[in-house]
Amino acid sequence: MTQLVLEQALNGLQFGLMLFLLAAGLTLVFGIMDCINLAHGSLYMVGAYFVAAAAQAADSFWIGLAAGVAGAAMLGLLLELSLFRQLYKRDHLSQVLATFALILIANEAVRMIWGAQPLMLNAPEALSGAVEIGGFFYPAYRLVIIAFGLAVAALLYLLVAKSRVGMWVRAGAANREMTEALGVHVQGLFTAVFVFGAALCALAGGLLGPLLAVQVGMGESVLILAFVVIIIGGIGSIRGALVGALIVGTVDTLGRALLPTLLRAVLPADAASTLGPALASIMIYLLMAAILFFKPQGLFPARA
Amino acid sequence: MSLRLTALAVALMLAGSVHAADKIKVGFVSTLSGPGAGLGVDIRDGFNLAMKQLNGQLGGLPAEVIIADDQQSPDIAKQTADKFLKKDKVDFMTGIVFSNIMLAVGPTVFENETFYISANAGPSQLAGEQCNPFFFNVAWQNDNLHEAVGKIVQEKGYKNVVIVTPNYPGGKDAVSGFKRYYKGNITEEIYTKLGQLDYAAELAQIRSIKPDALFFFLPGGMGINFVKQFVGAGLSRDTQLFAPGFSADEDVIKAVGAPMIGIFNSSHWVHDMDNPENRRFVAEFQKEYGRLPSLYASQGYDAALMMDGAVRDVKGKVEDKDALRKALRAKHFKSVRGDFKFNTNHYPVQNYYLRVIGKDAGGRVTNKLMGTIFTNHADAYVAACKMK
Repeated sequence: MTQLVLEQALNGLQFGLMLFLLAAGLTLVFGIMDCINLAHGSLYMVGAYFVAAAAQAADSFWIGLAAGVAGAAMLGLLLELSLFRQLYKRDHLSQVLATFALILIANEAVRMIWGAQPLMLNAPEALSGAVEIGGFFYPAYRLVIIAFGLAVAALLYLLVAKSRVGMWVRAGAANREMTEALGVHVQGLFTAVFVFGAALCALAGGLLGPLLAVQVGMGESVLILAFVVIIIGGIGSIRGALVGALIVGTVDTLGRALLPTLLRAVLPADAASTLGPALASIMIYLLMAAILFFKPQGLFPARA
Repeated sequence: MSLRLTALAVALMLAGSVHAADKIKVGFVSTLSGPGAGLGVDIRDGFNLAMKQLNGQLGGLPAEVIIADDQQSPDIAKQTADKFLKKDKVDFMTGIVFSNIMLAVGPTVFENETFYISANAGPSQLAGEQCNPFFFNVAWQNDNLHEAVGKIVQEKGYKNVVIVTPNYPGGKDAVSGFKRYYKGNITEEIYTKLGQLDYAAELAQIRSIKPDALFFFLPGGMGINFVKQFVGAGLSRDTQLFAPGFSADEDVIKAVGAPMIGIFNSSHWVHDMDNPENRRFVAEFQKEYGRLPSLYASQGYDAALMMDGAVRDVKGKVEDKDALRKALRAKHFKSVRGDFKFNTNHYPVQNYYLRVIGKDAGGRVTNKLMGTIFTNHADAYVAACKMK
């Protein structure tokens, strides 16, 4: 039993870190530029396709990952220069409409280029099995995701909390006009943040490719979770994104693992098997509602 | 003057209805965009391949196929069907992938007395009480492939079985189909969220149960996610995976690759079936589209051949609905799956086969025909159908 709980806790950590990779870029763009980017999930999808295509061409997962992330960063740069720069000044409705259009364009473009069927992207041979830790087997590849997630979290912490650019970013998130007035080249900063966010998206897409289907529409399903994470964590806060992602990951995993069993102890089997999965799937939304009730700005609001 | 013109028009129309049609129109509405598009695209490609082989004709008459995308929305599918029926005046409709869309579109088509040849969706409603003289299914009833898996798991004598399926009507139907023929012990039924990404929690639970067989029905991306994570967790060493054919067809194999090896699954058709029609279909499909056909493609192909055979049999007189229905029922074509018959509810009575995924002679991961699970198998709802 302790082993099962330990394994599920590890699963929660891994799912949380995977969400963090996505939410980090989203929260920066939303918080600093005040821009709702629904196409964030599309960058994740396109990133995954880039990684899969490059990995197949190079016959190496790691080369594919590097090339895919670089490609997505380039795409992010193009998008920022051509489209998003025009959107920052607009209201949220225009942003939602424009980026929703981008989702549709991205989905159809990907289908035209790679076809309607999912692409193959598998973990490197050496990591495709399971390793024994503390008396149970755990997929080696999931440990790699945990390592990447922790590394990105540490890197972002150093960047945002310790570097000069990070200081500008935090200042921009807290008060954009004041930051501009102090002489920070905000436009360049925005471009850099957006490109960085796109690269993180592709990293998430590429890393998750071996666990998830690389297919058209894969971005929309994770986008909702990423929004839940940044709303719980506080829009614009990297620390909030990390804590929010870990909470969502753990609650979702443990909810799915334990709720059906617990319900069966108190309810008839038939009712439990219907109620359990339904309840488990809305757990994170209940959690979000509760957090918004007590802390409407999220756990770590960027704007004090 | 205008009265005379009208009279002339009426006379011409009447004259037209006596003679054979000079052109056959087919309304093809399917899911061609969005996450479910892979299935619709395969049905369309199979249908188009047959049309190409028939030189663009159905039953010797020039044919026009109007293709539209339903975007996996019942509303859009219904609007498209209305346009096909009222404006284009199509003779046949086909193409719909998903049963919920089929049930939404069906009544409109049937009221208009137009034949619908389903190349995929086989809902139980249309097989039982709501069976309709204008509805034919050339693929299977939805439960059939699950029943076949239940039968084979039963035959192989597994005693500790776990089921994984999404918590939605299609998932519940899969479980009831499976249980109809598997009478052994089911240790756990795991219902997941529809569209779930991560299965780590379920996999940990499965690891603690250590089942000897696991039946999963997770359509589309869910199945891909599940198999990748199941194999990555090292569970395939102790547990044999079973799936209905649509969770283990070429589209899924192409996305997952080697981890799929060893999965047993059920289907009414396999691409390596040895009959002349199938050899030609598989070879030309690969030449045309550069990939192996899936079962969906074979169904689209058969739907076109079925229309062709029936139109030829009635010598192009498609206005005579009763004669056309008789011709459709009699199945005047050779299916790529081998011989089969239509039941009284217009669903197939056919064989279901066991397939296993492995490497072929060329090292490609693909399905192989293993044996027959059911011979001349009908669906469970036909008794409730009152069609004459």
